[in-house]
Amino acid sequence: MRTTARTSRRAMTFAVVAALATGLLAGCATDDNSGSDGGSSGGAGNKGGTTLTIGTFGVFGYKQAGLYDEYMKLHPGVTIKENVTTRTDVYWPKTLTRLQAGSGTDDIQAIEVGNITEAVQTQADKFLDLGKEVDKSQWLDWKNAQATTKDGKLIGLGTDVGPMAICYRKDLFEKAGLETDRTKLAAQWKGDWSKYVDLGKQYMKKAPGKTKYVDSASSVYNAALGGEKQRYYDKDGSVIWDKSTGVKKSWNAAMEVATSNMSAKLKQFDQTWNQGFANGTFATVACPAWMLGYIQEKSGDAGKGKWDVAAAPTAANWGGSFIGVPTASKHQKEAIALAKWLTAPAQQAKVFAKQASFPSTPSAYAGLKPQAATTTFFSDAPLTQIFSDSAKTIPVQVFGIKDQPIGTAITDTGILQVEQKGKSPAQGWDAATKEVKDVLDQ
Amino acid sequence: MTSSDEALAQSATSADTAPGSQEPGAARGAQGRGTAPTGAGTWRSRLYRWDMKASPYAFISPFFIIFGAFSLVPLLYTAWYSLHHVQLSNLDGQTWAGLDNYTNLFQSDFFWNALKNTFTIGVISTVPQLIAAIWLAHMLNYRLRGSTVWRVVMLTPYATSVAAATLVFVLLFSPDTGMINWALDLVGIDPVNWRESDWGSQAAVSSIVIWRWTGYNALIYLAAMQAIPADLYESAALDGANRWQQFRHVTIPMLRPTILFTVVVSTIGATQLFGEPLLFGGVSGTKGGSEHQYQTLGLYMYDQGWIVGNLGKASAIAWSMFLILLIVAAVNLLITRRLRKTQ
Repeated sequence: MRTTARTSRRAMTFAVVAALATGLLAGCATDDNSGSDGGSSGGAGNKGGTTLTIGTFGVFGYKQAGLYDEYMKLHPGVTIKENVTTRTDVYWPKTLTRLQAGSGTDDIQAIEVGNITEAVQTQADKFLDLGKEVDKSQWLDWKNAQATTKDGKLIGLGTDVGPMAICYRKDLFEKAGLETDRTKLAAQWKGDWSKYVDLGKQYMKKAPGKTKYVDSASSVYNAALGGEKQRYYDKDGSVIWDKSTGVKKSWNAAMEVATSNMSAKLKQFDQTWNQGFANGTFATVACPAWMLGYIQEKSGDAGKGKWDVAAAPTAANWGGSFIGVPTASKHQKEAIALAKWLTAPAQQAKVFAKQASFPSTPSAYAGLKPQAATTTFFSDAPLTQIFSDSAKTIPVQVFGIKDQPIGTAITDTGILQVEQKGKSPAQGWDAATKEVKDVLDQ
Repeated sequence: MTSSDEALAQSATSADTAPGSQEPGAARGAQGRGTAPTGAGTWRSRLYRWDMKASPYAFISPFFIIFGAFSLVPLLYTAWYSLHHVQLSNLDGQTWAGLDNYTNLFQSDFFWNALKNTFTIGVISTVPQLIAAIWLAHMLNYRLRGSTVWRVVMLTPYATSVAAATLVFVLLFSPDTGMINWALDLVGIDPVNWRESDWGSQAAVSSIVIWRWTGYNALIYLAAMQAIPADLYESAALDGANRWQQFRHVTIPMLRPTILFTVVVSTIGATQLFGEPLLFGGVSGTKGGSEHQYQTLGLYMYDQGWIVGNLGKASAIAWSMFLILLIVAAVNLLITRRLRKTQ
């Protein structure tokens, strides 16, 4: 009796260990290919169709606008699964490694504009050429250019773009004795960001309460640079950031802001920035179309009707994305069809209606309808008109692989030191130079 | 700050496995031999023998399999990467760099700055934290009403996630609207820009660490204090020692091994400090402030590897950190030995 009890106990332990071990191994195994074909073996088995996965970041709006459901209704054999990563800086490294490993990618991968050049220059062979599949003329030229390789391969279809305008507090402007009419205001600063900064000096003379003219110097820098043809790289791919006219102009505008007490000295997307909207601590912010919803949400009802939108000094772009089909996809045909459908003008208009992601296809502009609540919030400004005018005139820009880290070095080291630590612009520039060197160092 | 958990787990498992592979196995072996049926077929006794030899290894194997797959292989792979120029976007296009990554690193101001920050933040977080923990444990060691409640309360920060805790601290330390500057203002001190000033940001980051880990260390001390025999205190009291003298001459010496343990664990944790400064920095937190004033080695590594995409350099930082930890461990060992001799 005693021995059998012991043997069975021992057998039990073995069984448990074995179960644990297989569980672990199985865990590894499923993880390896969960991305690309987890569907075809699992979910699809029930329906006998295809499961397409789409990898996105942030809030892409496809699900929110009901596009997946609509597509699945149109194509009964297809099931769509979205894998969302909240942060782009987590999403992109993960996607890069998966692309290169040739496994674990989704059937469709979203690519943010900040990463598209890296994708074009280093991962082009990991994506299918979508140029042959679509009518390229339906997208804005500069949008297509961002996703096109040197030999003409289009690795991603444009989703949204981020044309810029200036969002401003009408009520604060009035108290400061400035023009409040959006067209007249736009005319005052048209063509040059330094005119926009000059108006800030005027604002600060009669600034109501403790309010400042603008949220941060970095936002002015980014907005100004967003309309420049020449940024950090030249056409041959060499880094020219310290000689670039675009960088110099934008830097000077930002330095004017940082050294003249017109900035609320906030860091965009920080908690304190969000509070800035709620407390009304700054009167203007350069706002791409996708930021409208954000401003509306963070300001709350208190801001309703006080905000207005005017055209920005130059047509500039901030943000936007693409979707591409990796060569590792097991359902390439179906994935291409879905990507085409999702980025077609009609669908882009639906996403805009839901969350104001501005379409990259001009033919959608005529029928765009922002949400009524958004329009009233921004004093019935002709939002579609302002943003589509900007989108159509944005220049084709030259991008490079390390655009993103170079930009961060300039804004978060150089400009921030001047704005928050009282360094001189020359010191800020030196600090940024050192930082960029570290970024580019192999 | 999962690092100290890891360290705990590792020291615990290694303590288990080292004797586990010999003594209990041998003991069980003797037992097995005694109960094995003598003539009931040799396969059965062979099975027993195989069982008693192999099963200890089978039991400890899950740890080593996981350790191998997720620690050892990456560790060696990182060493290999650190000798190459590797970009995140071009993993296959790596080129041999020799020790370039290391020489560049040792000439880089950013690296030495990160090392210095790691050290200073480590000191200003660990020292007050351990002193406060001993004091708290000492207080809780007295008979208190609702002692369990106090202990649970003390452990709550430890159970809070880094992200949640840090976000609250960010609000507290917010330059314009934060409670801390408001309180400073009440007593007539000028507001501090907690994120951008040099010592201010380091103090703020340290305060998060202190808040999270003091209770945890206090509980460890408390457990050790309760293991100190009461007669030691009685005889000390008979000799006329007051409470402070009792604490100084009975409690502290008896706690010495525990103190050493917490120092080692906290040092490892401080060297790997990552989550708190990252989240404290908010957007682009990997820079650790505009002048890198609170960029730790962990942040610098992450920034180089995943934000900039310079994997070779990031690997070199990782290995430098590893070597630094080895040195710290060696120093700790020396001190421990020295202390044991003097005891």
